[in-house]
Amino acid sequence: MADNLIEFTDENFENEVLKSDIPVLVDFWAEWCGPCHALAPTIAEIANDYSGKVKVGKVNVDQNQQTAMKFGIRSIPSTLLIKDGNVANQVVGAVPKNSITKLIDEILK
Amino acid sequence: MNRKVIIIGSGPAGLTAAIYSARANLEPLVFEGNQPGGQLTITTDVENYPGFPEGISGPELMDKMREQAKRFGAECAFKHVTKVDFSKRPFKVWIGDDLYTSDTVIVSTGATAKMLGLDSEKNLMGYGVSACATCDGFFYRDQKVLVVGGGDSAIEEAVFLTKFASEVWIVHRREELRASKIMRKRAEDNPKVHFHWNSTIKEILGTKESGVTGVVLIDTQTGESREDSCDGVFMAIGHTPNTSLFTDILDMDDKGYLITQSDSSYTNIPGVFACGDVQDHTYRQAITAAGSGCQAAIDAERYLEFQE
Repeated sequence: MADNLIEFTDENFENEVLKSDIPVLVDFWAEWCGPCHALAPTIAEIANDYSGKVKVGKVNVDQNQQTAMKFGIRSIPSTLLIKDGNVANQVVGAVPKNSITKLIDEILK
Repeated sequence: MNRKVIIIGSGPAGLTAAIYSARANLEPLVFEGNQPGGQLTITTDVENYPGFPEGISGPELMDKMREQAKRFGAECAFKHVTKVDFSKRPFKVWIGDDLYTSDTVIVSTGATAKMLGLDSEKNLMGYGVSACATCDGFFYRDQKVLVVGGGDSAIEEAVFLTKFASEVWIVHRREELRASKIMRKRAEDNPKVHFHWNSTIKEILGTKESGVTGVVLIDTQTGESREDSCDGVFMAIGHTPNTSLFTDILDMDDKGYLITQSDSSYTNIPGVFACGDVQDHTYRQAITAAGSGCQAAIDAERYLEFQE
């Protein structure tokens, strides 16, 4: 994983994401999901572009089913934008970069 | 920089066109679209692509094709074309506000899974409604799901979903499957697969909070409606070609498939070629798409030679 990308797990999700001081972008993915691989480079780019302003990380749904269930994830890739412990926005699917950055810019305003 | 070849789409057709045109030193630029690798990236095992006797996963096959194209100098960009102008050469292709020009364009934009067109379906997409069993089946462990459709891909999805779901119901508007014999048998032999014959879906029930909770079915014989509870609905009712970009520009048939001249990949505009599912509603296989991608690259190369 790239330097700016954090691996979120069932264990660290509360501390790293829900209690984060800055907004967090969470990418739910799995090894066997083709579109997730397609989205991965975009997520890595966003992590670099927004370094310091937004925390960016990934949740492997195979290994962290509790977190996936808690957020009602039924389709991957799913990207959640979380601010102050709440889901501010959500995108389903391997979408172009600006569909995600648009939501981030909105929340950073 | 004006290009010799721009390829729109990155399934087997587009990437094979990229391999051939790259090997011909045409330095193709591939716009991969919003699903790099195309429809094969949401399938499981590809068992009928020659050269892989043990089968190969769809995403892996597409990774290999992309690698092969890049090895010969193709450039692949994860970008989605938003507008084209083929009225004069060089042809114009836009990604948002960014303009690219090229002497030839190969269109391999493929096809997308069809949806029913219900508001409730759109609202619940990603919340229990899915067009990708291999992506989302995992989330339906020990739950009940519906698969809408009666062709080979519907059966493939249904049988795949039995790995996770407790029950899989195929909703089909007729009382007999359209699928091939071998696939029909796979469905009939699977104890988890059940059928709602002569049925269509009128409404999908549920909210974003609850996810899908059920459907309203209509009996196509009697017109009566009934409810059935379920946790997920998977669409497998066929495909539509991705050709909205080319409306009033390229010739299409009444279903929106691009029309190519017989025994070639030529469209109605000289210098614009089409290959893969976007111009093929008959075979729709990885290998036929790859074959037509090869044709398009050779057609483009000869066209360019002729122009010089």
